[in-house]
Amino acid sequence: MRFFLEVLISGLLSGVMYSLVALGFVLIYKASGVFNFAQGAMVYLAALSVVGVMEKGAPLWLAVIVAFIVMTLFGIATEKFVLRKLVNQPPIALFMATIGLAFFIEGLAPMVFGSDPRALDIGIVDEPIEAILNRWGMVISKFDLAAAAIAAVLVTSLALFFQYTRIGRALRAVADDHQAALSIGIPLQHIWAIVWGVAGFVALVAGMLWGARNGVQFALTFTALKALPVLIIGGFTSVPGAIVGGLIIGASEKLAEIYLPPLMQSAFGGNFGGIEGWFPYVLALGFLLVRPEGLFGEKHIDRV
Amino acid sequence: MLYREAGQFKSSYAADQQLFPILQDRVGVLLLLAVAFGVVPLVAGEYWFSAILIPFLIFSLAALGLNILTGYAGQLSLGSAAFMAVGAYAAYNFQLRVDGIPILLSFIGAGLTAAGVGIVFGLPSLWIKGFYLAVATLAAQFFIVWCLTKFPWFSNYSSSGVISAQKVVILGHTFASPREKYLLVLGIVTVLALMAKNLVRSSTGRAWMAVRDMDVAAEVIGIRLLPTKLLAFAVSSFYCGVAGALYAFCYLGSVEPDGFSLDMSFRILFMIIIGGMGSILGSFLGAAFILLLPILLDIVLPWLAGLFGLPFSNATVSHIQILVFGTLIMFFLIVEPHGLARLWQIGKEKLRLWPFPH
Amino acid sequence: MSRTIGDVILDLQNISLRFGGVKALTDISFDVREHEIRAIIGPNGAGKSSMLNVINGVYHPQEGAIIFRGEERKKMEPHRAATQGIARTFQNIALFKGMTVLDNIMTGRLTRMKANFLEHALWLGRAKREELEHRKKVEEVIDFLEIQHIRKTPVSRLPYGLQKRVELGRALAAEPSMLLLDEPMAGMNVEEKQDMCRFILDVNDQLGTTIVLIEHDMGVVMDISDRVVVLDYGKKIGDGVPDEVKNNPEVIKAYLGAGH
Ligand SMILES: Nc1ncnc2c1ncn2[C@@H]1O[C@H](COP(=O)(O)OP(=O)(O)OP(=O)(O)O)[C@@H](O)[C@H]1O
Ligand SMILES: [Mg+2]
Repeated sequence: MRFFLEVLISGLLSGVMYSLVALGFVLIYKASGVFNFAQGAMVYLAALSVVGVMEKGAPLWLAVIVAFIVMTLFGIATEKFVLRKLVNQPPIALFMATIGLAFFIEGLAPMVFGSDPRALDIGIVDEPIEAILNRWGMVISKFDLAAAAIAAVLVTSLALFFQYTRIGRALRAVADDHQAALSIGIPLQHIWAIVWGVAGFVALVAGMLWGARNGVQFALTFTALKALPVLIIGGFTSVPGAIVGGLIIGASEKLAEIYLPPLMQSAFGGNFGGIEGWFPYVLALGFLLVRPEGLFGEKHIDRV
Repeated sequence: MLYREAGQFKSSYAADQQLFPILQDRVGVLLLLAVAFGVVPLVAGEYWFSAILIPFLIFSLAALGLNILTGYAGQLSLGSAAFMAVGAYAAYNFQLRVDGIPILLSFIGAGLTAAGVGIVFGLPSLWIKGFYLAVATLAAQFFIVWCLTKFPWFSNYSSSGVISAQKVVILGHTFASPREKYLLVLGIVTVLALMAKNLVRSSTGRAWMAVRDMDVAAEVIGIRLLPTKLLAFAVSSFYCGVAGALYAFCYLGSVEPDGFSLDMSFRILFMIIIGGMGSILGSFLGAAFILLLPILLDIVLPWLAGLFGLPFSNATVSHIQILVFGTLIMFFLIVEPHGLARLWQIGKEKLRLWPFPH
Repeated sequence: MSRTIGDVILDLQNISLRFGGVKALTDISFDVREHEIRAIIGPNGAGKSSMLNVINGVYHPQEGAIIFRGEERKKMEPHRAATQGIARTFQNIALFKGMTVLDNIMTGRLTRMKANFLEHALWLGRAKREELEHRKKVEEVIDFLEIQHIRKTPVSRLPYGLQKRVELGRALAAEPSMLLLDEPMAGMNVEEKQDMCRFILDVNDQLGTTIVLIEHDMGVVMDISDRVVVLDYGKKIGDGVPDEVKNNPEVIKAYLGAGH
């Protein structure tokens, strides 16, 4: 039971990190209807620019600022040179364009900042929390907890930003109706640029957390693949959905990793590790069977 | 005025419904086939067969498969490579476990197995579409590759799932040399491409395109969505499966599940984006483009670097390659969403009016 | 006119349809007789399109029953409606944008084609024969609608008025016994409207096709329809021959209120 709890908690904590990446997707999808496959590549770009700048001798805080500027400029450029040109194309074309964008980043970023894996030290160590270890005998990583806390703060502040600022309201309006957004008096293009900036910021936070945990390397781009099932479960347009979906995926994936392979082994023989690659997807498909519109999405009937 | 329809009056609907209604197209295709079957085998060298022509044909076939699903039926798939894997492993197992089965039958079996798996993973299209479906096909990508790695039966208990394809013997003749393998692959690809062309110009193809363009209206004119989509999944996976079998038997010789990666699926997707969605010809053009581009960059980039005295590493070449792919995808989607096939068509239309500008 | 109006073939009983909190249709009953032209009118958002969508199964009402040719059911399925002879056009043109005019109209005959995909792939006897046979029928439709010159044009390149005509062609190609038309003349100039009117009347007169028509142009409606049903805010406020409806005080009020 203790072991189960330990697995569950560490699963939930890493689930928060999935939510963080998923959040980047949701922001862009809500505001511009683009399913941004490049979100994972953006995480990679952000983390790489932090370590890249630090290698030149800059302190962490400066590197973060530079990276933030890089991400914002990048977001604005993407909006201006790619997405704006595809406005009237079907959504699937936009989606494919973001796959192209992902490749673009994955080729460019290592050329600029170097491609060998590097460590990123953001001052939080990855060791068990002693109090919990002594009291309950469970291993809960300090790092995971801190990362989850940071993610939680970020998500909350984004939610507040959406709810209470003029720009936030405009963003929500765009999601509902482009015409209505125009009447608020903020040009659509600005809104999109802002959204891409915010998504870049989210990618930066995710990139630093993931990078500090697993090293800054190409594998960071796979965070996008972790986030997709989260989106399916949570729905593409829901911030709370991204969070709950992340928790569900994180927890069930860890539990499945521990408990499923032995079961399969006794059934079929052989070694069945590595199910975390597909398990979240199959789980997400199961969810779709029950709720095609996602946990928090609304049922939609095509209008004709 | 080399390329003119004028004067070619069609006196019957039958004439208008030929495979290639325009005379010049008919002649062109026949010429192309004659060259591919008759001239190329005489002049091309070993390198050309095994490094360029065979993979080109095989990937054209896979791209054709994906194009049927995505370009014609409008269902985006990110798992084509996994269906190729199913085909490769199925063909291997048919050869291994069914005594005396002819290799061509194994290839067909490979296609059918892939089609079956495709139908299973196409089932979610009943209740989801668009991005959701694309994500579901990712499930196929990861799950299939994992299964082939982890269940040792599929690879006959070899280590890490590697299989070595059996010899290709047809009617007592062993297809061993690259030239022979090229001819075999060419034959199979030609037949399947013609069948695909027939499919998409018939009511099957029209039903697919109707579902792609507007599913509500398609339903209203009496098209049942699920069977139509599932058929597209099945046919598409069949093509990918056969391509996978050829990939193992006529190209690499030995393959492992991890070779059929997500990256390969993306490349096949790029082929149809650049070649032209909803175009048979485009599948071939796109495959050629995506396969040749890296070869070209490998040659040109070091040369350019040398010219400007820049430092250069292999890693940089591969990064530039990825960068160029990404850029081209965005470029084509923005500038010519119908890809090279459309450019070809525009060229033909120009030629039709030549030498007059209008 | 040669046609004679027959018995009731479509009977809608107490249909109610909601989208979340929005009541699109509330307790609506009316019937359609064979060979007649039945118009549905009403201000914007009255529920007219929703009504057509209920008839051929695009929307499923929460309450009520649909009786078509004596068969009663709670909801239709769109492909089922198609095989039973109900065809339809849409308010916002729903052509297949990536296909030519000819191919679009050919899709109208899909339900009548028997060859399977294997026969298509191999282009064997039946597939080939069917293609020719149905092409002939489709050419008749093309001739009837006078669109021979754009046969091979991709529909997305056509002007609005012609697209509407092609959409009618796709519906006609199915040789339906009942045709549902959602604002077939919206956005057309006078000449185009006259053409469309002529086509509708010809279809009804020569082929005996029953027509359910939504139209905003009162002149047209009063001219060509046999009976008119009036909706307002999802409720039925009038039903009868054009003259009756014209003088119905509630109808007049609804239309004046809506600013017509
Ligand atoms: N798919 C849908 N989802 C949600 N609400 C819908 C849907 N279809 C229709 N409605 C709502 O139902 C009501 C009736 O709409 P409907 O389109 O039937 O009106 P209409 O009479 O055809 O109007 P118009 O003259 O503008 O075409 C409207 O309030 C509309 O917003
Ligand atoms: Mg309407």
